[in-house]
Amino acid sequence: MRYALRRTGFFLLTLWAALTLNFLLPRLMPGNPALAMLSKFHGELSPKAINALDILFGVNTRQSLLSQYGSYLHQVVTGNFGTSLAYYPASVSSEIGGAIWWTLGLVGITTILAFILGTGLGIVSAWRRGGRLDSLMPPVFVIASAVPYFLVGMVLLLIFGITLHWFPQGFGFYVSTDKPGLNLTFFQDVVNHAFLPGMSLLITTIGTWILTMRNTMITTLAEDYVRMARAKGLPGRRIMLDYAARNAVLPNLTGFAMSLGFVVSGAILIEDVFNYPGIGHMLLYAVQGEDYPLMQGLFLLITVAVLVAILIADLLTAFLDPRTRAAR
Amino acid sequence: MGMPVTSVPAEAAATPAPADHALARIGRAVRSNRKAAIGTAIMAVFVLISLFPGVIAHDDPELDAYKPRLGLSAAHLLGTNQYGQDLFSQLVYGTRTVMLIAIVVGLATTAIAVIVGVAAAYLGGLWDSSLGVITDVLLVIPLFPLLIVISAYAHGATTVVMIISITATSWSYTARQLRSQALTLRSRDFLEAARVRGERRLYIIVVEVIPTMTSLIVASFLTNALYAVLFSSSLQFIGIGDPNAVSWGTTLYWAQNNAALETGQALWAIAPGVCIALLGTGFALLNYAFDEIGNPALRPVRRPRRSARRA
Repeated sequence: MRYALRRTGFFLLTLWAALTLNFLLPRLMPGNPALAMLSKFHGELSPKAINALDILFGVNTRQSLLSQYGSYLHQVVTGNFGTSLAYYPASVSSEIGGAIWWTLGLVGITTILAFILGTGLGIVSAWRRGGRLDSLMPPVFVIASAVPYFLVGMVLLLIFGITLHWFPQGFGFYVSTDKPGLNLTFFQDVVNHAFLPGMSLLITTIGTWILTMRNTMITTLAEDYVRMARAKGLPGRRIMLDYAARNAVLPNLTGFAMSLGFVVSGAILIEDVFNYPGIGHMLLYAVQGEDYPLMQGLFLLITVAVLVAILIADLLTAFLDPRTRAAR
Repeated sequence: MGMPVTSVPAEAAATPAPADHALARIGRAVRSNRKAAIGTAIMAVFVLISLFPGVIAHDDPELDAYKPRLGLSAAHLLGTNQYGQDLFSQLVYGTRTVMLIAIVVGLATTAIAVIVGVAAAYLGGLWDSSLGVITDVLLVIPLFPLLIVISAYAHGATTVVMIISITATSWSYTARQLRSQALTLRSRDFLEAARVRGERRLYIIVVEVIPTMTSLIVASFLTNALYAVLFSSSLQFIGIGDPNAVSWGTTLYWAQNNAALETGQALWAIAPGVCIALLGTGFALLNYAFDEIGNPALRPVRRPRRSARRA
């Protein structure tokens, strides 16, 4: 319980740090960059929208930094991220709400697949240590850790999209012909469009799963209770899955939490390669259009999502592993 | 993974009484470790290219000398871009920018990581917990979106902005590693001896603690240099870098912008991408090799062998 409380406390602290960073960045940059952006739009925005943006970016205010900080926190915590400038008059929250499902679907499904496949490969690799699969792993992982995410996306796009025409070359669905809704054609098209970006993400993230699982599994295989199970003459499959893998899978959860930031950056780059209509693509669009409110909203959303996922992984570890409960 | 452990005694047996110094150990390991050898070779090639780009590329990378978007030919190994600049020259001269960013960020982040990590471990108490919290917070905030936001506020990431922002954000991972190694050193006898001798704290840290951690410090440089290569190229690729810079990521950005993949100029995009991957592999290979040297878990295995040989 103490461990869970500590992790929750750390979560709140990190959340506060991210919010504060987001508050300080535009104010610390030489010549508040939001000032130019806002003056450009002043004639077109409603006074209410301007007021919200003033609070977010610290423009046109004689308040002290501290009271600016107070009103900023109040506004962000109540979920008001201001008005998008690129999609005016839509609010930032509603724009993000439209894009987030694409990313959640793509990243979510890919991550689950990567976890299952990677953990499975890691188990087999450690169980048959020195075998063909196992000796292939280290060099593959070295190269995979150095390849930029977008290169994987580009190569897949070049081979399977442009040369072989097996999959569409970008976007989330056929923008001109598809009617988004609950019908089979649309669903098939969405899956078709998500395949290559999903594969790119899978290829770039699976290595971490395999390696963490393999290394922990090798440690657990040397434990006494595994030797005991062998001595009892239990079947190999049972020792592998119920004795070794079951205990070795825990660090993969925490490892996952740590690597989430990489999954997110991978998703941003891959969405860019495939023009995928998710929040990563939207973030880049916001940056190019100097739509700072949308950019801030997306940055906060991504950060909060990562922090929440880490908290869940932490709590899950605490729940699954009695040692963390006792030790802390 | 186990390779260097077994090969070190064989190598050491041939050289009589090697100095038991971290740098000497690293030198021996590079010669006996296949990963280190390949990594060193890759790095050497890229260092030479960035020092003498004119030897292999004969065109000025910024000169709009040719017809735009030429295909591959003997004169233009990778064709030309939308301005008629030779893409092979851009690739060759682009090595400089990437290497500069990698080395400067690698050195600067390692310096921060050493200071933070060692100070936290050695000073302990309030220092340790406050530095630890800062490190941990930075560790979980997604860095790439943060770098995008910083670059956007700075109106585009020039090479200098990129070096500063990547350095400021990405030191935490290795700081944490260095801290845990410094913690294991804290109670060692030789530090206790120095304390009993009445040495000053700064002297102990600089002369006794840091040299013991050389391999991990080198590994920290390599890790952060690899991150710098990937982060800076990614920022340039998505169009947040300086659009006029001669750099692999910028070449990739223009390739993507001009739909190079779709219009038969795939190498425009693939060649710089492969270069980034190769340079990254070089750093990663060296890093894995030094990890094997610096991993404290490997040391107890090695020490008894060495003393046995001397006896």
